[in-house]
Amino acid sequence: MENFKLRVFRYDPETGAAPHYDTYTVDYRDGMTVLEALIWVAEHKDQSIAYRASCREAICGSCAMYISGQYTLACKVQVKDSLEGDTVTVAPLPHMRVIKDLVVDMDKFWANYAQIKPWLINDKPDPEKERLQSPEDRARYHMEIDCILCGACFAGCPAGVSNEEYVGPHALVWANRFFQDTRDTANRERLEIVASEYGVFRCHTAFNCVEACPKHINQAEAIQDLKKAAMAYRLGLAKF
Amino acid sequence: MQLSHRVVIVGGGLAGLRAAIAAHDSGVKDVVIVSQLPPVRSHSVAAAGGINGSLANHPQGKDDNWEKHMYDTCKGSDFLADQDAAEIMAKEAILRIYEMEHWGCPFSRFEDGTIAQRPFGGAGYPRTAFASDKTGHALLHTMYQQALKRGIKVYQEFLVLKLVVKDGRAQGMVTMNILTGELGTVKADAVLLATGGAGRIYAHSTNNLLNVGAGMALAYHAGVPLKDMEFIQFHPTGLWGTNILMTEGCRGEGGYLVNNLGERFMVKYAPKAMELGPRDIVARSIQTEVNEGRGFNLGGPGGGYVHLDLRHLGEAKINERLPEVREICKNFAGIDPVYQPIPVQPSQHYTMGGIDTNIDGATRVTGLYAAGECACVSVHGANRLGGNSLLDTIVFGKLSGDALGKWVVGNTAPAGAEAALAEAQKEVEARFAELFSGEGTEDGPTIRRELQETMFVHVGIFREESLMAEGVAKVKALKARYAKVKVRHTGKFFNMDLMQQNELRGMLDVALVIAEGALARKESRGSHARRDYQNRDDENFLRHTLAYATSEGPRLEYSPVRITKFQPVARQY
Repeated sequence: MENFKLRVFRYDPETGAAPHYDTYTVDYRDGMTVLEALIWVAEHKDQSIAYRASCREAICGSCAMYISGQYTLACKVQVKDSLEGDTVTVAPLPHMRVIKDLVVDMDKFWANYAQIKPWLINDKPDPEKERLQSPEDRARYHMEIDCILCGACFAGCPAGVSNEEYVGPHALVWANRFFQDTRDTANRERLEIVASEYGVFRCHTAFNCVEACPKHINQAEAIQDLKKAAMAYRLGLAKF
Repeated sequence: MQLSHRVVIVGGGLAGLRAAIAAHDSGVKDVVIVSQLPPVRSHSVAAAGGINGSLANHPQGKDDNWEKHMYDTCKGSDFLADQDAAEIMAKEAILRIYEMEHWGCPFSRFEDGTIAQRPFGGAGYPRTAFASDKTGHALLHTMYQQALKRGIKVYQEFLVLKLVVKDGRAQGMVTMNILTGELGTVKADAVLLATGGAGRIYAHSTNNLLNVGAGMALAYHAGVPLKDMEFIQFHPTGLWGTNILMTEGCRGEGGYLVNNLGERFMVKYAPKAMELGPRDIVARSIQTEVNEGRGFNLGGPGGGYVHLDLRHLGEAKINERLPEVREICKNFAGIDPVYQPIPVQPSQHYTMGGIDTNIDGATRVTGLYAAGECACVSVHGANRLGGNSLLDTIVFGKLSGDALGKWVVGNTAPAGAEAALAEAQKEVEARFAELFSGEGTEDGPTIRRELQETMFVHVGIFREESLMAEGVAKVKALKARYAKVKVRHTGKFFNMDLMQQNELRGMLDVALVIAEGALARKESRGSHARRDYQNRDDENFLRHTLAYATSEGPRLEYSPVRITKFQPVARQY
């Protein structure tokens, strides 16, 4: 393959033009990622394209997009794996307001994250050294801490589309990260938050989040953990 | 938009967040962060292997203490680090790592529940605490959470375009809201720069796409000298092709470096430390193997490489300790390190130098502070040890935030700041107007690529007079060509063309500082390895380089190195 087509979603609020796709012919090289293709187009063909990108190694979470029908990070996915025929289609994360081209408004995403109190709460004074935690206890939340807050799961969640107040899978993953941490003493407070009207029970276990996650996190499992705990808490079946 | 805040921290990575938290906790009510990125996107997130502190948790580390950490740091720096600063960092390390643990950082653990530690290059003891191979990610998310808890406001996706200094006093900055393109100013009683490194001035860098030394350029253009910029770290093991970092943790966990003869060649260069020699020595050893024909892909596109072999560690250990390395290898190189060796080549990684500060993070401009990779205290001297950069960010982030918080009480921006800010905004508008109306006979991305290649080739791993002089001339020529660059996209919203062509100006100036500093330093020390001056020359060059901006380019001065405990000796590993 010498070249391929990159079909890019375009929208500029200044021009008044309707959202549309522009298609560019891109020189291919082995190992090319979709992000590299976008950069190539921006440097060689069209300087007006807007996209977010930073680390280019799938750890900063900047470049989550909807690429040839998949939620993924543009930096992580190879062009050859995203081709539909001779074309790769790049669109912004859906269900969020487009600011320009591939850049979406993520204010709500960040606000929802902050809403679940994503910080360790421990009501005892800090010890002189570290709090001890066994490797097994640390493993209770090791999946959740891989989250890079890229927004792919949030954009892909059908429950979030039908109810804008739902905090979203990303926020609940972090809620479970602290709920599972033996160093955190705010279990009841956390369950109150996640068992609220816009918490875990809005999740319909569609598993889109799991499908969307570029870091292999099972958000549905984390949410189920919280649902079980929230049920037991509300019904007084267990102590927290 | 005209904003006004007591304390403005520029940059939302580890150093910036830690400084903001310190200033906030010291009682300053109005601390804000202005950041080009949402904080968790900052490049601290990509630090992998760990953070050094003599916690003495490792079975082989029971005799470790801060003084040994300090010594390793000074020796690693080829004795260019200021020893009072290195002492503070080594002592504070223990407190700051425990603090991060108390704040919830998910460190990996030993069986006894203590924070796990692993061996790292150039260290006498296994003192690198870690969270698998995502330590930066774990620390950055934890730190951001602490800032959220405190309600510290972040202006995210705001770019600082000019630092406003008048009569030797910082007054604030000119900003652009990246999303809307709106220009504005932020008046500040005190400013702290925590904007990260300048890696992308080089080709073959492990750094993120935005680490172009923008904060260094802001300070330099505002009259603050840049210190020791000629010391550029090349990480021994960048993934061949993309130059994504393969953490030193790979070797800390027991990985081998192997040439095309199947030899663990480090036996020739660092017989005792082997793969865990300091980075400057290991990087040069790899490059020497490649240059002398014992690498792979010799003369091929993308350059030669050697093998980083983890296969003997086994799948279980790789999954537990190095999961991200495995993931990156699969996604970006199509190989699985459980079954295949990893192709690696030395890659630009870190800027040891930076904005000249004292131990409090204060610069020579009143009310202006700096911390983290953009700053030079100096603790890394001529070569930084792996695991000391994350440490630098949280130690000096805190200390500078404390100092700034104390200083700002009773110090408000002088009368007339608004006028100075308005004038500065006009200057930025004029600069942008020039970029929009340029001749357009030169192309920004082309100049950027040529600059990156020039720096890698001419001021790279091995250096010499004629090569560097040619490099200086090339950078100057690129600077002249830059005047003919035109920004082609004139839209307001998220204008990447404008941002990139604007930052290129700073990249060219910082590149010249690096190249001129390197040319003038006629010795070899740490990462600065000259073929024409192969020895360290303490008599003439045990001193810091200070580069001041002038209309003719950088003017170099020198300042003494503070030696307190350890007299310089030859480095052997």
